[in-house]
Amino acid sequence: MMDEQKQEFWRWAESNWKDPDMDWKDAQHVTVGIDVGSISSQAVIMVDGRIFAYGNRRTGFDSAKSGRNALNYALELTDMPGDRMDYCVGTGYGRVNVPFADRSITEIACHARGANFIYGPWVRTVLDVGGQDIKAIQCDEKGRVSNFLMNDKCAAGTGRGMEVFSELLGISVNEVGERSFEYEGAEPVSISSTCVVYAKSEALRLLRKGRTTEQVLAAYCEAMATRIYSIVERLGVNPEFAVTGGMAKNRGVMDRLMPMIGLERMTTKWDPQIAGAAGAALFGYALCRKGKGRKK
Amino acid sequence: MTTVGIDCGAKTTKTVILRDGQVIGKGKVLTGFDQGEAISESLGQALGSAGVSREEIRKIAGTGSRVNAIKIADTQINDSDAMAKAANYFFPNSRTVVDVGAEEGRAAKIDANGNVLDFAVNEECAAGAGVFIETMARALEVTVEEMGRLALKSAKKIPMNAQCAVFAESEVVGLIHAKTDKTDISRAIHDAMAGRIVSMIRQVGVHEDVVMIGGVARNPGLVELMKKELHLENLLVPDDPEFGTAVGAAVVAAEVCLKGR
Repeated sequence: MMDEQKQEFWRWAESNWKDPDMDWKDAQHVTVGIDVGSISSQAVIMVDGRIFAYGNRRTGFDSAKSGRNALNYALELTDMPGDRMDYCVGTGYGRVNVPFADRSITEIACHARGANFIYGPWVRTVLDVGGQDIKAIQCDEKGRVSNFLMNDKCAAGTGRGMEVFSELLGISVNEVGERSFEYEGAEPVSISSTCVVYAKSEALRLLRKGRTTEQVLAAYCEAMATRIYSIVERLGVNPEFAVTGGMAKNRGVMDRLMPMIGLERMTTKWDPQIAGAAGAALFGYALCRKGKGRKK
Repeated sequence: MTTVGIDCGAKTTKTVILRDGQVIGKGKVLTGFDQGEAISESLGQALGSAGVSREEIRKIAGTGSRVNAIKIADTQINDSDAMAKAANYFFPNSRTVVDVGAEEGRAAKIDANGNVLDFAVNEECAAGAGVFIETMARALEVTVEEMGRLALKSAKKIPMNAQCAVFAESEVVGLIHAKTDKTDISRAIHDAMAGRIVSMIRQVGVHEDVVMIGGVARNPGLVELMKKELHLENLLVPDDPEFGTAVGAAVVAAEVCLKGR
């Protein structure tokens, strides 16, 4: 049937979480960070500078609503009323479109600050691979940005590029990592086009020549890693090295990227996708502590 | 003297038969996955339409991004040279030529004899190539031809933020959701495309007359917007512009034969 619900392979798992041991009622400052990206939106609720809850959802066509949705997704796990927050900072591609935010801060600053928090103060280079851009950031022990490089003109290497391929190959984005290593014995192939549109035609030619879906997926993950590496390399990598954004969860690309860089990447108990929103919430917390919070 | 030019491109393969400076036969087929088959089929078509036999052909020149698949070619002509000769063949006063096909675009500054003096090329990025327009038409659910007509009906300039075809597609879907008029979206798409091509032309400089060939030149909406962007009265487009480089290749083949004498 034509209108039968077709499977949406690009659909990654949305998530929300709440700290079971934390209570917001004695909080001095409740701050919220909202990161509205092109593909995903996150909300992090902090209670006195510690993560209390977060929500991570797909961005819809209305970026104002998307920020609100992510926040509600976090709030629904808690008994905190929606108007309890003392300060809210918006960041990301759609940051100017967060109507309930008190101010907006660039995602470069927020990612560095957030990576410093979720990975620890030893991080000096942050790679953020989001839906629509790739950012390489150098920062100090306080998470302050000292240098950065960004590519937002081209889909090659971005989350969106991965989505296009998961749709093309009919493999869920969540399974890309595992599947891209399941080509035992078969000889490896490569995709040479940088442009996602041309890489697609190349992939179709490979499939037609009888290559397996996994081989083509492996080739594409390798091409993505190469693309990301070219950006990281231009900025230079100082250890420790950490990755944020949705791509940090994609082993298919990460396990191919790290040998190119020649370092181990830092690990965290947190979802690396919330770094930007966490950074935004921390900036809000710092403002509140300086008495520069919202006038009540 | 009869020569043949074959242009095996990313999307279609074109063949022309040139006899004593006149194009007397043409063939065009989708390149598809079997390039060899597309090449012999388009040659067959061209010979048939010209009423010429294989034996009458003095030389076959191949060009295009899949030139290596043209095993029957006696000589390979690079795309820029073929493009320049084509412009000179159709419009002897042309000094700038731009060729935009499905997956590649190039521009050249040429002299009065159709020799390349300077050139710029885009073979790596779909923005500014024919696939860009095709992808956007698919998102808008109209044909490419229809989208060109729609673009001409809009007087409103909405800027597109995205340059990349992948991001532009999402942007178009966003505009559709925001209930933007299809004519205005079409215009925005064509403005973006025209902007990319024009910036490539500017790399070699705009010297009149300016000629455009390649399948994308069939799009009147785009040609109109490019004229505006370039501040030109005229942007010359030959009939069946997608045969441009095949003609150019056949012309070079004929020149080589004459010099050989």
